[in-house]
Amino acid sequence: MAASTQTAAAVREVEAYKYGFVTDIESDRAPKGLSEDIVRFISAKKNEPAWMLEWRLKAYRTWLTLADDEPAWAKLHYPKIDYQESYYYAAPKQKPKLNSLDEVDPQLLETYKKLGIPLQEQQILSGVAVDAVFDSVSVATTYKKKLQEMGVIFCPISEAVQTHPELVQKYLGSVVPVADNFFATLNSAVFTDGSFVYIPKGLRCPMELSTYFRINEKNTGQFERTLIIADEGSYVSYLEGCTAPQRDENQLHAAVVELIALDDAEIKYSTVQNWYPGDKDGKGGIYNFVTKRGACRGKNSKIMWTQVETGSAITWKYPSCILQGDNSVGEFYSVAITNNHQQADTGTKMIHLGKNTRSKIISKGISAGKSSNTYRGLVRIQGKADGARNYTQCDSLLIGHTCGAHTVPYIENRNPTAQTEHEATTSKISEDQLFYCLQRGMNTEEAVSLIVNGFCKEVLQTLPMEFAVEAQKLVAISLEGSVG
Amino acid sequence: MALIDIKDLHVSVQGKDILKGISLSIEAGEVHAIMGPNGTGKSTLSNIIAGRDGYDIKSGSVTYDGQDLLAMEPDVRARAGVFLAFQYPVEIPGVSTSAFLKSAINTKRRAEGKPEIDAMEFLKLVKAKNKALGIPDDMIKRPLNVGFSGGEKKRAEVLQMTLLEPRFAVLDETDSGLDIDALKVVSDGVNALRGATRAFLVITHYQRLLNYIVPDHVHVMAGGRIVKSGGKDLAHELEAEGYAKYLAAA
Ligand SMILES: Nc1ncnc2c1ncn2[C@@H]1O[C@H](COP(=O)(O)OP(=O)(O)OP(=O)(O)O)[C@@H](O)[C@H]1O
Ligand SMILES: [Mg+2]
Repeated sequence: MAASTQTAAAVREVEAYKYGFVTDIESDRAPKGLSEDIVRFISAKKNEPAWMLEWRLKAYRTWLTLADDEPAWAKLHYPKIDYQESYYYAAPKQKPKLNSLDEVDPQLLETYKKLGIPLQEQQILSGVAVDAVFDSVSVATTYKKKLQEMGVIFCPISEAVQTHPELVQKYLGSVVPVADNFFATLNSAVFTDGSFVYIPKGLRCPMELSTYFRINEKNTGQFERTLIIADEGSYVSYLEGCTAPQRDENQLHAAVVELIALDDAEIKYSTVQNWYPGDKDGKGGIYNFVTKRGACRGKNSKIMWTQVETGSAITWKYPSCILQGDNSVGEFYSVAITNNHQQADTGTKMIHLGKNTRSKIISKGISAGKSSNTYRGLVRIQGKADGARNYTQCDSLLIGHTCGAHTVPYIENRNPTAQTEHEATTSKISEDQLFYCLQRGMNTEEAVSLIVNGFCKEVLQTLPMEFAVEAQKLVAISLEGSVG
Repeated sequence: MALIDIKDLHVSVQGKDILKGISLSIEAGEVHAIMGPNGTGKSTLSNIIAGRDGYDIKSGSVTYDGQDLLAMEPDVRARAGVFLAFQYPVEIPGVSTSAFLKSAINTKRRAEGKPEIDAMEFLKLVKAKNKALGIPDDMIKRPLNVGFSGGEKKRAEVLQMTLLEPRFAVLDETDSGLDIDALKVVSDGVNALRGATRAFLVITHYQRLLNYIVPDHVHVMAGGRIVKSGGKDLAHELEAEGYAKYLAAA
């Protein structure tokens, strides 16, 4: 440890010398590569206060010491990433404005149609200038005003750094510490934007934060940072992502999401991830290395993660719960679909610290093509977590003969009064099942969709209503061409 | 023109000849029954009609409503009105029977250019059919065929048939596993569908079924061939005498 700290210090000196702060702050794009200079550039671009810059620099210096600690334990294969070959800051590009849907890629429109995305939303998603009938900006403003009146803070995190520094300083990095892991540390140094949410005491946030979010979807893709705080007795349901296919020029994504639930508070966080998965031969596609963690800090608090992961070439993601408050509850519902050459290593960690804490894990992995799909989970029950309970269920569904499914559940129980239960199944879609469906008039895709949606029903049901329907269709679309 | 016309059909499976020249013509409005010993190729014939993979069709033809049935994909056949009540219905875990039924009904409606069925209408329809077939409404909440008793599976097949209202239905031993009451109820279901535009091919081992679903023609299949055809009395004859004399001939 000491040696690497020394190395870091030495590197720091050299770097400071070599890179003095020279990047032109007026430029729209930081030069390629990562250095203190770049970190300063990002911070300066965002007009950040000194404490924020310090925080980033600390992260950057830590990241240098982690150079050899890029996680290698996941069941994922990808060429070594050269972090000096990436760009870490580019002003969000204005998407070219189109005049009508006629100008949009017909393949994209076909997918929107299959997903059942309403026409107006299709226009917004694809960057068509929207007419006065549906003014997205005014709708968004109305929502924002309503939320403000209730005391909800919901804004880009870069804005929160300016307007609510006390909250950001108090909670940022309090769940995912700067030094947590290689990717989270990288994110801490260079994150560009993301969302900030604060729900005041006792408020049940009456609207899905999704509605607003979706309409205002910004290009914050690469290093997103999200922080959600639910104060005592409050409730919020937050939806990240979009069923519509997402493209991004940046191959590497490393987001961090932190959730904090205080006494009697509840956070429901749903994700639909449909980043570009690469082509049929496994070329291209997003590398998605995400750190998501929630702290049930208060007694009787609850955090519920639901994720539907269908995109990305590589998914490395373990939305977790630290069950600190007595009687707190953590839940994880996951559908992970891999097709063609996609690889997913995903699961959760449930860390039981408080008494009578309960956790539930429902994971449904579906693999097709030549893909690989791993569930990796940890249930740890610490000595003081009297009466803790966990229930884990991991089901894998295989389509075809060339894919792989793996289940890696770790259970560490240090409290004799705690109980854990684990169930796992692996099944295949059989020729007989498919033929049966065909005989009833369904085509192959409808049949696969019906069977797979049946398989992951339990998870999809936890999604917000209107989104569940889209997610079902997304499940079907992700598996197109996987049979026959 | 016959609704379904099978001509000199030869089929083998993994190098073994199963159907050795089947010819069978069924007019709209008719019910035909096939009886014959185990392993003689009755289910093979059903599967060929429905379009299952894995068979080697050596020669012969099947036309349905004037079209080359063998050239059609299985789902296209189904949407064109061909239905098979399976001898061994498949279990589909996770998919509730009602979700399955709805999906099947909607594919048919889409093919006919009709809008999808709405939830209320669907429930009303299924409840009415359930009642007629003696199926408890709870059953459709369960995953399709999973843990269904033998008789329940067969009833579920008939339920699907009555919901989809096919023009040509093959019932492959739908009576096996049914108790006497169920046999009657299920037969009533079939009879209710009988009409000038529809045809049925009923495969059974028991003459008793044919007391309820009275066929226009009965065929004896043995050794991959239809070795005798006759009226409904042929079934009684078989029940009394067995297949010995036909086996010798085949
Ligand atoms: N996939 C297969 N591989 C090898 N043999 C097969 C296959 N499918 C069917 N057969 C054989 O073909 C013959 C006919 O089978 P089929 O199921 O059509 O008989 P069946 O007349 O329906 O009999 P049962 O009255 O018992 O239902 C049997 O000998 C069976 O073992
Ligand atoms: Mg048979």
